[in-house]
Amino acid sequence: MADLLLELFSEEIPARMQARAAADLKKLVTDALVDAGITYADAGALSTPRRLCLTIDGLLDKSPDLTEERKGPRVDAPEQALNGFLRGVGLTKDQLEIRDDKKGQTYYAVMQKPGRTASEILAEVLPQIIRNFPWPKSMRWGSSSLRWVRPLHSILCILSAEDGAEIVDFEIDGIESANLTAGHRFLAPQWFSVKSFAQYQTELKSAFVMLDSEERAEHIWEDAKNMAFAAGLELVEDSALLAEVAGLVEWPVVLMGDIAPDFMNLPPEVLITSMREHQKFFSVKNAKTGQIEKFITVANRTTADNGATILAGNQKVLFARLSDAKFFWENDLRIAKAGMDVWADKLTNVTFHNKLGTQAERIDRIAKLARELAPIVGADADLAAKAAKLAKADLSSEMVGEFAKLQGLMGRYYAAEAGLPDEIGAASEEHYSPLGPTDTVPSAPVSVAVAMADKLDTLTSFWAIDEKPTGSKDPFALRRAALGVIRLILENSVRVDLLKWLGAQTLAGGGGAVDLDNLLSFFHDRLKVYLKDAGIKHDVIDACLAMPRNDDFSLLVNRARALQGFRDSADGENLLQGFKRANNILTAEEKKDGVFYELDPEAKLAEDDAEKALFSALDTAQPLLDGAIKAEDFTAAMAALAALRAPIDGFFEHVQVNADSEILRRNRLCLLNRIRSVMNSVAAFEKIEG
Amino acid sequence: MAQTASSKPRSFQEIILRLQNYWAENGCAIMQPYDMEVGAGTFHPATTLRALGNKPWAAAYVQPSRRPTDGRYGENPNRLQHYYQYQVLIKPSPPNLQDLYLGSLNAIGIDMEMHDIRFVEDDWESPTLGAWGLGWEVWCDGMEVSQFTYFQQVGGHDCKPVSGELTYGLERLAMYVLGVDHVMDMPFNDPDAAIALKYGDVFKQTEQEYSRWNFDVADTDTLLQHFKDAEAECQRIIDTPHEDPKTGAKIIMAHPAYDQCIKASHVFNLLDARGVISVTERQAYIGRVRALAKLCADAFVQTEAGGAAP
Repeated sequence: MADLLLELFSEEIPARMQARAAADLKKLVTDALVDAGITYADAGALSTPRRLCLTIDGLLDKSPDLTEERKGPRVDAPEQALNGFLRGVGLTKDQLEIRDDKKGQTYYAVMQKPGRTASEILAEVLPQIIRNFPWPKSMRWGSSSLRWVRPLHSILCILSAEDGAEIVDFEIDGIESANLTAGHRFLAPQWFSVKSFAQYQTELKSAFVMLDSEERAEHIWEDAKNMAFAAGLELVEDSALLAEVAGLVEWPVVLMGDIAPDFMNLPPEVLITSMREHQKFFSVKNAKTGQIEKFITVANRTTADNGATILAGNQKVLFARLSDAKFFWENDLRIAKAGMDVWADKLTNVTFHNKLGTQAERIDRIAKLARELAPIVGADADLAAKAAKLAKADLSSEMVGEFAKLQGLMGRYYAAEAGLPDEIGAASEEHYSPLGPTDTVPSAPVSVAVAMADKLDTLTSFWAIDEKPTGSKDPFALRRAALGVIRLILENSVRVDLLKWLGAQTLAGGGGAVDLDNLLSFFHDRLKVYLKDAGIKHDVIDACLAMPRNDDFSLLVNRARALQGFRDSADGENLLQGFKRANNILTAEEKKDGVFYELDPEAKLAEDDAEKALFSALDTAQPLLDGAIKAEDFTAAMAALAALRAPIDGFFEHVQVNADSEILRRNRLCLLNRIRSVMNSVAAFEKIEG
Repeated sequence: MAQTASSKPRSFQEIILRLQNYWAENGCAIMQPYDMEVGAGTFHPATTLRALGNKPWAAAYVQPSRRPTDGRYGENPNRLQHYYQYQVLIKPSPPNLQDLYLGSLNAIGIDMEMHDIRFVEDDWESPTLGAWGLGWEVWCDGMEVSQFTYFQQVGGHDCKPVSGELTYGLERLAMYVLGVDHVMDMPFNDPDAAIALKYGDVFKQTEQEYSRWNFDVADTDTLLQHFKDAEAECQRIIDTPHEDPKTGAKIIMAHPAYDQCIKASHVFNLLDARGVISVTERQAYIGRVRALAKLCADAFVQTEAGGAAP
């Protein structure tokens, strides 16, 4: 048993690639070892900005010996066939065995393949893995032919056991594997030799390298939190930034600095975004006021002045950055207070899409749709139209020009500064939502109207120019828009026959015709995915999609939820079987006879008690069902169906449909048809699998 | 990295002089700025063209760079339409290029023991030159002080071997080293000289003049014509037969053609600053300049300096 330690030491690896690369390295090497017959106990991968590190414990020293047999030609086969076989296996004729086979005497080659040492195998597979490593982007350097994410400088590769460590010998493009590594670039750049992982990790730590990115992240997080706490403040959580920063340092030193008072009236989101995007700073806020008062930066070293110079430098850079932000904010406020007309004008010059005109034209369409949607979602029509007009004005602002991710939010600040009603600001912030299956859905009526109008305009416009998503390509995020509309409707219980409603609107830029039926089936596809995640099976959805008014998604989903609940109950299961039995018999007989048994069955022809009971159960259920469906109370409708279960079961148990009397037979087939049509008035049961 | 920290420089020009000395000592040919208007040091043929082909190369130089859209009439503390870049190009990139680079920071008075130097991912791409590379922006205490790139492609050609390119934004770097908050306040020459000049004494007025001209006065019709002329001339030079009828020698005029490419690129930047190029047209113009850059690269690799057999 031996332990492998591999370190690939390079120039700085982009932070976002480190974790994935370490995981890939582990998988590639362990897979290759297992393929070659070397098992292991445990493997781990670590990374820093300058190193990828792999440890594999408890490796077999050798792969097992193998015996390989190959069947050759028959003894009486022509000479050429035998020669070919000998060349293939690399043996001479006298080394072959002759065995009796079904077809006569046949040559066999029996080859002993001795196991190979782990070291030999590693020396063979590692160069291949390194040469073909799956970096998202790789490069060449100097005169090398090797590609790596950045220049690769050294390879440490040892197998260590209790009796010492040996170097796994290989060479790639002039880099020879060795047992050496170096410490921190500035704090301990000396090279030292490595005997085991434990010694490697300990010695690296005294050479100012924390090998484990999680340890670095934890260290940063704890120090940052404590510093903020000691100042009576609170660290703003940002796990993505934490992971990134942990990938930029080998020896994290957390420093907290001040934000000059000049910037205190900037919105906190602006401070957070500017500091994060440009400087990779964490924000520290005053929990009482919500104001960002300090920043935290993470240096890659200790200094004699405890980071004072570094902090001063960072503060200076931040001052320049925030001066820019403040300049944008103040310019924007002037325009906001004057009513944002300048911004709206600017959007007349911004192309939305070369076939769909300008942003301004698009906004006009959205405003019209929002006005029409307002009564449906319970919003004031004028307010909704005005909100839609202003919702994207901030796209022209300097702040959003600098930080695109602040779109909408800045609109809310500017609307407030302009003295506009809060509904308008809220619509500006919320109308992009929901951005995915888990994002928050707006609920304020004006926001809902604008959000729906925005997405519906996008969808109908791209449908009009036939730019629909294909396969994995969805450059205009139309799937997301459709899901957004669905979630806005469902989560706000909006009632609208969407297809009918869209048909009555003036739609789409460029004036092209919109294939609304096609768009509806696109919505239905998104709805299926969405409902599947909510536990509603595809056949249940199909059973509801086949019903009338399937463009009213609230109605559709109410039906589907009730049906799924019913389907999952014992009554539902049995009734479904009854339905299938009725449907199968009926379909078969109709086909055979070439007629449809669609007449009302006559109760007076019922002979058997079970048959009479079914008639009376259907008579009782019918008005209940009609009422429930009219009231769109599908739970009640399912309850009414449940009452049919026992009578239908009883009917099939005691009554023979294909009676000798043709009159009785026809009446009973019509009775089956009645079962089918009663059930199909609730949902298309024939679509349900079972 | 055992160098002891250098003394603090006292002026903008001292920083430039120290970089010149440092890179001269480290084996670079110290070249002079290219005598044409360019947007960045990369455009100098000592970088763009010399990064192509297999001949070793090592050059360093200051390059005045013009970005008309960045003009702020000399008011902004660090934005200028005319500024200086310091550029180093070494082919093949030496294995110790990072250390050499850190040595240059030390040479201009950045004490490695007190500052936090970081290599932060930043891939470089020049759509107008059809060039890209991987590397970093180098941060000193959170400020970007240089761009560090391993060239992978220029003018559509793979770089073999790969050149290492270093670009220092001189004003910003110098402001940091000298502790100045507004570029115009920065000492240009020795602050104790008999005639001590600040950056503003040298450039404040020109920033105003060029900002006005770039944004409002430059004649767009003339510029559009210049663009077309440069494009046509570049193409004509490239199309001229290689054999010179006067001398009978094979003379491929890669550099004169490339001058026209540079000219077209700068005229495009001016048109952009004048705000007469729409978003869609922008891409088309960039594509036209790239096509010229590619022609010039294709021509250069057929020359001796470009690695072709003589």
